[in-house]
Amino acid sequence: MFLALVVFAAIIGVILFIASRFGGKRGDYMVAFLFLLPVVFMLGVGLLYPGIKTIINSFFDAPGTSFIGFDNYQKIFTSGDEIVVLRNTVIWVIITPFVATGVGLLYAILVDKARIEALAKAFIFLPMAISFVGASIIWRFVYEYRPDQPGVKQIGILNQILVWLGLEPRNWLVESPLNTLLLVIVMIWIQAGFAMTVLSAAIKAIPDDVIEAARLDGVTSFGMFRFVTLPSIRPAVVVVLTTIGIGTLKVFDIVRTMTGGNFDTNVVANEFYSQSFRADNQGLGAALAVLLFILVIPIVVYNVRQLRASEAR
Amino acid sequence: MSTTSVPTTTTPPVAPPVTAAAKAKKRLTSPAASITALIIAILWTLPTFGLGITSIRPEADIKSSGWWTFFTNPTISMKNYETVLAAQGQSALGPYIINTFVIVIPSVIIPLVLATLAAYIFAWVKFPGRDILFIAVFALQIVPLQVTLLPLLKLYVDVGIAGKFAAVWLSHATFALPLAIFLLHNFMKEIPAGLLEAARVDGAGHVSIFTRVLLPLLTPALAAFGIFQFLWVWNDLLVALTFAGNESAPMTLALANLSGTRGTAWHLLSAGAFVSIVIPVVVFLSLQRYFVRGLLAGGLKG
Repeated sequence: MFLALVVFAAIIGVILFIASRFGGKRGDYMVAFLFLLPVVFMLGVGLLYPGIKTIINSFFDAPGTSFIGFDNYQKIFTSGDEIVVLRNTVIWVIITPFVATGVGLLYAILVDKARIEALAKAFIFLPMAISFVGASIIWRFVYEYRPDQPGVKQIGILNQILVWLGLEPRNWLVESPLNTLLLVIVMIWIQAGFAMTVLSAAIKAIPDDVIEAARLDGVTSFGMFRFVTLPSIRPAVVVVLTTIGIGTLKVFDIVRTMTGGNFDTNVVANEFYSQSFRADNQGLGAALAVLLFILVIPIVVYNVRQLRASEAR
Repeated sequence: MSTTSVPTTTTPPVAPPVTAAAKAKKRLTSPAASITALIIAILWTLPTFGLGITSIRPEADIKSSGWWTFFTNPTISMKNYETVLAAQGQSALGPYIINTFVIVIPSVIIPLVLATLAAYIFAWVKFPGRDILFIAVFALQIVPLQVTLLPLLKLYVDVGIAGKFAAVWLSHATFALPLAIFLLHNFMKEIPAGLLEAARVDGAGHVSIFTRVLLPLLTPALAAFGIFQFLWVWNDLLVALTFAGNESAPMTLALANLSGTRGTAWHLLSAGAFVSIVIPVVVFLSLQRYFVRGLLAGGLKG
């Protein structure tokens, strides 16, 4: 590592040294060329080329030798296994952003201006610093199931609660489609803190006189939320929803760590990995990656449009 | 095309002055609001807390009873941590912790330096085609990593760095560049042009303007991106899984494997998970102001 850093420092040193030799307009071009060279090279080789290659691969068969048109895409939308993958991805992308944003917004409002606001917020946004792998382990332990036999005690809190209530413990992660929802909860748990942080900042940015005026008009608490708070923070809500939506689309760590994609919990991002690196089906893997890319685009476009609209206002 | 201009300034968590109106509102809504907030806070904390308690219980206890029984029968054991922190052994995470550091440090520094150079050009040096190039870099932000992985892996195999640290560093650095350039460009644009003009009149060239005038002003932006990238790389599984070999595997990968092969070894999993969580949480809590700024700007990454 140290050697690599020394080499890197030397390269930067050379670039800066050469750049400092030049002046004037031609110097501008020279400096621009030198400063951009590493970046353009890395992006070209590391993002652009592989991206295009993957798009091409998606029209080829498993070993990548013969052209098969849209067969890979057709398979994604027709084969039974892949349909389950698509269904689960839809569930993830619809539920996670809305629930996480809802919880984040509710909590941001509840603790707004409370005496222990900073501490109260810390509880919710700590999960943001935890890796998906760590979070998955934490939640697998919550869902942990022990066979319901005499002498065997539950060690997962969720099943223990069932036992305390006089119900039978369940093997949560095996029961489809409930298990997908249980995995979604992990993502919600991680993302709610992000929603809360952004929305709380937006709420605090609402001018005091607006709130005061509404209060003098005798607006109720709910009316205040509906007609003052929500319209004011709308752009922030859109950003939060779309950001979590994009993140959710690409998350595969949770599924991989908790169920390995078994028991009908697979999603596109995990299926991409299995097909590309486990099943050696290059073509199908590439098509799934392209599908992810295509799904991201409308969300980004919507996001940019909303931002422009709110800037124009 | 600016994603950073979200109308959300990150105010430091300072208690604002309580007005009479706010007090009145509080007295009305307090009990229900407090209880709801409390319930959410408990739901969000309990899972981590449970695993934390588990990590300090003896293996036999973990297997035979739930972590909540710890409070009626507290037996503390540090053996789980000794096992996972050991340098050798089947379940030792020691080498992987070191790997994580070896991966994280260059993966943060390299894109930070390169992006700062590029952002300077995009913000302050004119040349033909600059705006088109900048928009192209910006647009690359939305490319999902998945799209690049397999061709990039083949490239690394051809060059002979597949499975080595270099492959992981280069990947993280490349994937970070679009966001880093965009973020730093926006910060640089906010620096008054007069300041640069004054330096130029004094005879400073590009390099000295860059190092003496701009860099000191950019510290908050560099910190924001640095923390964002640190947490991103530290918590990453996908890049490690694809490009790291046995010798260069980070902790997330080791934990994911441990979870897959020994899914019921909760004494190891709990301690291992906690070891991996501690550092990002400490960094996050101490520098959260900067982090939130980076997060707001970097929502589209990945």
